[in-house]
Amino acid sequence: MEVNILVGGAAGQGMDTVMNLLGKALVREGYGLIYNKDYMSRVRGGHNFSRLRIGPGTPWSNVETTDILVALNEETFNLHRSCLSPSGRVIFDPEHFELPEDEDRGVPVELRALAKEAGGAIMANTVAVGALLALIGLNIKGVKKLLDETFAGKEGVAEQNVKALTAGFKAAESYCSACFNLPPKAENKKRLFIDGNQVLGMAALASGCRFLSAYPMTPSTGIMNYLAAKSANYQVAVEQAEDEIAAINMALGASFAGVRALTCTSGGGFSLMVEGLSLAGMTETPLVIIVAMRPGPATGLPTRTEQGDLGFVIHAGHGEFPRAVLSATSHEDAFYRLNKAFELADHYQTPVLFLSDQNFADTHRAVDPFDFSRVSYNRHIAGDEEIEKPYNRYRLTGSGISPRIIPGSLEGEIVLVDSDEHDEKGNIIEDAKTRRLMVEKRMRKLNLLTEEMDEPDLYGDPHPELLLIGWGSTYGVLRETVDALTTLGRKTAMLQFTDIWPLPQKRLRNLLPQVGQVFCVENNSTGQLAALIYSETGLKVDGNILKYDGRPFLPHEIVKEVDEYVQG
Amino acid sequence: MFKAKDYMSGETAWCPGCGNFQIREALAEALSELELPPHLVLICSGIGQAAKMPHYIRANGFNGLHGRALPPAVGARIANKKLKVIVESGDGDSYGEGGNHFIHNVRRNPDIAHFIHNNQVYGLTKGQASPTSDQGMKTGVQVSGVTVPALNPLAIALVLGAGFVARCFSGEKEHLKETMKEAINFPGYALVDILQPCVSFNKINTHGWYKKRVYFPEIKDSGDWSAAIDISRQWGDKIPLGIFYKKPRPTFESSLAILDGKPLVSRPFNPVEIAAVQDEYL
Ligand SMILES: Cc1ncc(C[n+]2csc(CCOP(=O)(O)OP(=O)(O)O)c2C)c(N)n1
Ligand code: SF4
Ligand SMILES: [Mg+2]
Repeated sequence: MEVNILVGGAAGQGMDTVMNLLGKALVREGYGLIYNKDYMSRVRGGHNFSRLRIGPGTPWSNVETTDILVALNEETFNLHRSCLSPSGRVIFDPEHFELPEDEDRGVPVELRALAKEAGGAIMANTVAVGALLALIGLNIKGVKKLLDETFAGKEGVAEQNVKALTAGFKAAESYCSACFNLPPKAENKKRLFIDGNQVLGMAALASGCRFLSAYPMTPSTGIMNYLAAKSANYQVAVEQAEDEIAAINMALGASFAGVRALTCTSGGGFSLMVEGLSLAGMTETPLVIIVAMRPGPATGLPTRTEQGDLGFVIHAGHGEFPRAVLSATSHEDAFYRLNKAFELADHYQTPVLFLSDQNFADTHRAVDPFDFSRVSYNRHIAGDEEIEKPYNRYRLTGSGISPRIIPGSLEGEIVLVDSDEHDEKGNIIEDAKTRRLMVEKRMRKLNLLTEEMDEPDLYGDPHPELLLIGWGSTYGVLRETVDALTTLGRKTAMLQFTDIWPLPQKRLRNLLPQVGQVFCVENNSTGQLAALIYSETGLKVDGNILKYDGRPFLPHEIVKEVDEYVQG
Repeated sequence: MFKAKDYMSGETAWCPGCGNFQIREALAEALSELELPPHLVLICSGIGQAAKMPHYIRANGFNGLHGRALPPAVGARIANKKLKVIVESGDGDSYGEGGNHFIHNVRRNPDIAHFIHNNQVYGLTKGQASPTSDQGMKTGVQVSGVTVPALNPLAIALVLGAGFVARCFSGEKEHLKETMKEAINFPGYALVDILQPCVSFNKINTHGWYKKRVYFPEIKDSGDWSAAIDISRQWGDKIPLGIFYKKPRPTFESSLAILDGKPLVSRPFNPVEIAAVQDEYL
């Protein structure tokens, strides 16, 4: 009953436009959906595609099967034909290419010609949206309204687009009108149609972040774009730094001066930030760093996905200092989770790393509006009466947390932070005793952070025979996998880590010994979470299910690998 | 009212006879004469002998990483425009390890005074060549002498559009102090390259060597860029001191409309008040 749509073409052909229009219109109608992008690191040419899956319910993952293929070029048809369901349809422009003789699922729509008639070839995508609407039996009202909103104030543009839309609808209708039944609507209430980077950008705003410095790097750049667009109205300063070293050091300066600060990057940029990360640990300056992973090493596959930097992020930085590492699992959770990152950074005065990846960053999903009253804003700034005078930035305390004041806020008191080992005042020292005390003070905060970590999310059978462990953005695909395996009669559950470091261990220690078969599922080639679990707990999983071709997992791939393992 | 000695704190770890002492005194006097209370001054530095300054001057301090003194200074300025931000660091720190930040902050033009203790050598790491070392200088690493020409920070800054470019000498303390005051008051990025003898590791550019060469050229029009370029290129038998160029242009802060009004750090925040930001995704 679900409907799967794939739109493909060359970079620059505007697959996003199609999916954004259609997706948003469907979500407004109440349909549950997910849409993700597979694109190349180039601006023109090549092969890009997007997949959109419509309910029932709100899907957690895309699948390979395609019901409607919109082939903006012949290559798309050739590459994806094998995934087209027997009753599927292909929308194509006969002006560009013809389908082979043995292909009877074609819906020829003169995308370019109709667009030109409506006012310009550029609207070929709008024609395609019209055709798609006809196939899924949805009237054009919703998309028309969106077009009016999008082009408000641009004389005639909306009208032309509506003309293109209608033309596409009519052309496709004569071939197959409503030949796909939409599933029941997922929700009656209003929902958001939003991607991962937008969720994180919004979460930063909601957390009172007032400063972002970063250097563009896919797939993190969307966060920068989001905050830059909001800068004027929401009082967040956004600065494109000259490099990632500047980015993290600027953010540290802003945080030191008292505002919530953020930087974001991907693995390569994070490599440049590592000395700054260590500085955050040493100076005890709060900082949130979003690392949106892509496949490495080096430049790797810039626009694709991987979970290859878990070990790197946990261990990055010279010397020993406390940190927390959290990850983005679902859109719903990530909003509140990034808020938690800001809260932890301020509370424990230390860097907090937040792991995302291209799969999360670029996936749109229908989600309930976020509850801003659930967002916390506790700065943990000490008042005049809470500090001993003269003020010492690094006062030794039982918790390891020293009262923090904002420089300039209290007359007569100054704040000195230092990258060298220092005494309570912040002055350089070299004596052994102070060094030992300061190391212990900083590391006491790690014990406290351990208490703050949420146990991994458990989903599925409460007494599973088969357990899948994952972290980060594989949450959705693992849920779908658990459901699929359960339908096949397997007692399956999943354990998904959102907070990863310090590793929460209770659930692992309880559950693992009771379950017959445990697999760790990761988008990397070495099984980094499995290795971490082993090094922290001594617990071993029975096998790793790994994918490292730069593409996100699809549910059937995991089911297949589980089957192979189970059958030996 | 704070006297110069009120700004002096901490026990210095510099070699006796080092030019850094006069720079420290000049800075303390400048801050005192400008009547800047310590809690509203922030000194950012990197790592090196010069970069120890935040430990010896009573003010807020961010003693960060080698080469990275400028970025935190910029971040702090954005967060709290009420802070007077001064960057104190060495020639290696500012022009070598931190060269990229130097270049881009001249362009950015934040309201920061940048005081570079230019001893033409890496002091803290015991005497290797710095970007400003003269050609031919022999060190434990440059065993056959420095082969590449020295970097000219003043000319670079001018070419990049700096609004305030000056050279001082630690041995001319009064001039240094007055120049520091002008740099601190200057709206925008102000570069003061301070010739500073390193008694331990620079046996060429000694106090006497500088003393013999420095002079104060008459600067008729400090807004004359071409004249400034000419002066900035003088080096050798005669080394000019003074404010070669002074002409404000719009600061980085003034280009950020959101900084109008209260400093960012003083603005209240309540998450529920911005809940409507998500409506665009409905
Ligand atoms: C990333 C990094 N690289 C190298 C060093 C070692 N180091 C410390 S200070 C310094 C050079 C200092 O020279 P300069 O900035 O001219 O300061 P000076 O000591 O001469 O005042 C070096 C290379 C370091 N601390 N960090
Ligand atoms: S090594 Fe040179 S610069 Fe450093 S304190 Fe000694 S004399 Fe001064
Ligand atoms: Mg030096």
